[in-house]
Amino acid sequence: MDSEETPRTPTVESSAVLDMGVIEGRVSRGRGVVLRAHKRSSTSAPLESAPLPNEIVLPLESGLSAQSIRPEVRSGQRVLRGQPLVSGGGPLATWTHASTSGVIRSLETHPVGEARRRQALCAMLEVDGDDEPWSGLEPPDLSQWDTPDALAMAMSRAGLAGLGGAVFPAGVKLAATWRRATRLVVINGVECEPYISCDDMLMRTSPREVIAGALVLVELTGAEAGVVAIEADKPEAHEALEREIGALGAADRLSLVVVPVVYPAGGERQLIEILTGNQVPSLVRPTDIGYLCQNVGTAVALCRFLQTGEPLISRITTVTGTGVLRQRNLEVRFGTRVADVVTACGGYNAPVVKLIMGGSMMGIPLESDVVPVTRSTNCIVAATEQELPEAEDVQPCIRCGDCAAVCPAYLQPQELFRLAGQDRSSSLDQFGLFDCIECGCCDVVCPSHIPLTESFRTEKQRFVKALSFEARKQWIDSREELRRERIQRWETTHGTRVVAGNEQQAIQHRLAAVTDVIARLNRLPEPVEA
Amino acid sequence: MTSGPSFALRPAPHVIPVTSVPQVMRRVLLALLPATVVYVVVFGWGLLINMAVAIVFALGAEALVLRARRRPIAPSLADASAAVTAILLAFALPPLAPWWLPAIGAATAIVVAKHLYGGLGGNPFNPAMVGYVVLLISFPTEMTQWLPPAGTIEPDLQLGLAAQLSFAIAGLLPAGTGIDAITQATPLDQIKEGLGEMLTITEIRNGALYGALGGRGWEWINAAAAAGGIYLLIRGVIRWHIPVAMIAAIAICAATMHTLDSSRFLSSTFHVFSGATLLGAFFIATDPVTAAATPKGRLIYGAGIGFLTFAIRTWGGYPDGIAFAVLLMNATVPMIDRYTRPRIYGRD
Repeated sequence: MDSEETPRTPTVESSAVLDMGVIEGRVSRGRGVVLRAHKRSSTSAPLESAPLPNEIVLPLESGLSAQSIRPEVRSGQRVLRGQPLVSGGGPLATWTHASTSGVIRSLETHPVGEARRRQALCAMLEVDGDDEPWSGLEPPDLSQWDTPDALAMAMSRAGLAGLGGAVFPAGVKLAATWRRATRLVVINGVECEPYISCDDMLMRTSPREVIAGALVLVELTGAEAGVVAIEADKPEAHEALEREIGALGAADRLSLVVVPVVYPAGGERQLIEILTGNQVPSLVRPTDIGYLCQNVGTAVALCRFLQTGEPLISRITTVTGTGVLRQRNLEVRFGTRVADVVTACGGYNAPVVKLIMGGSMMGIPLESDVVPVTRSTNCIVAATEQELPEAEDVQPCIRCGDCAAVCPAYLQPQELFRLAGQDRSSSLDQFGLFDCIECGCCDVVCPSHIPLTESFRTEKQRFVKALSFEARKQWIDSREELRRERIQRWETTHGTRVVAGNEQQAIQHRLAAVTDVIARLNRLPEPVEA
Repeated sequence: MTSGPSFALRPAPHVIPVTSVPQVMRRVLLALLPATVVYVVVFGWGLLINMAVAIVFALGAEALVLRARRRPIAPSLADASAAVTAILLAFALPPLAPWWLPAIGAATAIVVAKHLYGGLGGNPFNPAMVGYVVLLISFPTEMTQWLPPAGTIEPDLQLGLAAQLSFAIAGLLPAGTGIDAITQATPLDQIKEGLGEMLTITEIRNGALYGALGGRGWEWINAAAAAGGIYLLIRGVIRWHIPVAMIAAIAICAATMHTLDSSRFLSSTFHVFSGATLLGAFFIATDPVTAAATPKGRLIYGAGIGFLTFAIRTWGGYPDGIAFAVLLMNATVPMIDRYTRPRIYGRD
């Protein structure tokens, strides 16, 4: 059978260890599948900016901050590029800003392309085309970032969230590192989803900001080492980053590590395992045990914010799939509708049966192209029937175990699936239902074509819904208890320690180092295009 | 607000699998081809007659049961799993057999061993081996009349396709030929008898039934099965754990006993290249539905089959023990899987 994607099971090789905070030797291969890449079709065209559309749709609340944020604009008001449209909220509240200048036509509920909700309150912005910047934008005063909360708040209010797809507030994650010593900062440029190439394009076109942003993160966390991880199939980006490490004199703080082309090597926990040989304990966050992982896009956004004070109002989006005329990467202002992005790529080229926000393995299927591009929109796939056909009929599980052989969480999907139909909650938890990262590897190797990942997604929701209010609270508490125990055990076995007494002094020292990185960056001459 | 076109909402992952159950089964069938060819060269056309009868009755039984269970018939027949069961059963039967032998075996395998337990994927016991054991216990005479391998018998006594067909269908042999004149025990059978008569291994192996590695002819069938098995390994249809553990267990047990007393115990090479060892190691023990599913569990499961096979051959009442060893280990699979569960990422 000749197919678009040819997954095979990689072998697990010996893994390198994080030795005294420095990565040495070969990286391990990791678990997962090798998928045929579809990246060249989008990376062969140069990066361009998508034209400003006539209307922009800006969701006013991120999923985490729904209760605490207030809209600060009303219908008919003119707003300028970079102007916040909301106010309030704590560190978790990622603010939304006008991504260009124009007049707010209305605030209304509008479809969005998100995993957890179909609709959100959005500001409908009539674009005036002047793209006039807001006057209130200035590089942040770092001396005020003297507590974890202040740091997190400043970054969330600049709209900085993880750009790898999960859009967790970047400042909150970063602030967590101030409570413990950080061993390793990982800048994630792996980008293992076969269709997505936006990080590759970002590293090719803004390598200097990637490295500067990485340095900022290393300095801010006071980490022992920093690593920019990149997949072996991105030689152009690799070369560009290597050059900028030299230009910024970052070689003693940062190293470039090539990881094998295996999906999902770019998953946070998977990447940490590949780089260090250590598994992050279940329920424990990487930052709890001294690892900070941030996407390359997040590093660049942070760097630009520190340089100019501009909040995050655009991102690079890969527009791909054989259903779109010109596959490419575009710098897209948030709020631009998918339909407008596709039009900027020449429009639909063939009958599109499936429109995906995100990649082919984890992306969200869109019902319609009216939804806006947001921070999480790393990719839009317009797929024809031939490209991503419907799966054949589902057959019974023959227990071949291929799913377990590729599962990057080391689960036994076949057992989970067997239990899923049986309403045995305790077994499900024991078999690791909530350790499933929903990467989709098991589906891709299943000879019986069982929709395993979707059944686990459904089962997770069902599991939580089935608990009474009391039981849910108990369940959450017990998980928190486990988390604390595991952090403690990690600390005794790995020697990660809590930040020592002179915290303030350490923080001031780190902020000074960040200021120095930005100063160094601003002094560098513009890179000469080859 | 523009209202755009509407698209399919099937959830991620959007990439579909490249393998399928029918493809897996087709590869198994392809991998059985070398062993089939060698078997026919060594023992004549009987295997193909047995296969044909077994396949007809297996598919027929599958269709009837599916109809009775009100399940769609076409996809299950097309997945070729019933055909694989029938073919593996045919390999286990004597090449000269009345038609009802494969017929009963195949029907039992499909109806009792497979569908009474819920059909494909639900059965705890290997259907082909259940069919074989039912026949072995019910029809011991018919099940032990084996033909001599090519080259050990006068050419005029060798049965052609027509003669084998007439025996299979009507039980008729060519005029003047008695069943005892043309059938004899298998090498493993003969060794068991010989040892009972206090002969030494060396004395027994001087007979015409033995080759350099194992039973004459059998050694080549085993080698061809191994070749097919290696194809399956390369294709990723099976994994190495079960065959390697099973062969290693038989070889280690045999080598140990052979070293202690070479006059009464067969060498490990003989064990590996006799009977159904390699066919069993690559095609029967590896049946995913009835085997252990974890890597560690597969090693235990394979080693268990190897050890039990050796024990039954050496001390048991039957000359070959693969079928009983597989069925016994099938019964332990839930326990093996339970105690060899892999450690989940980040768990204690």
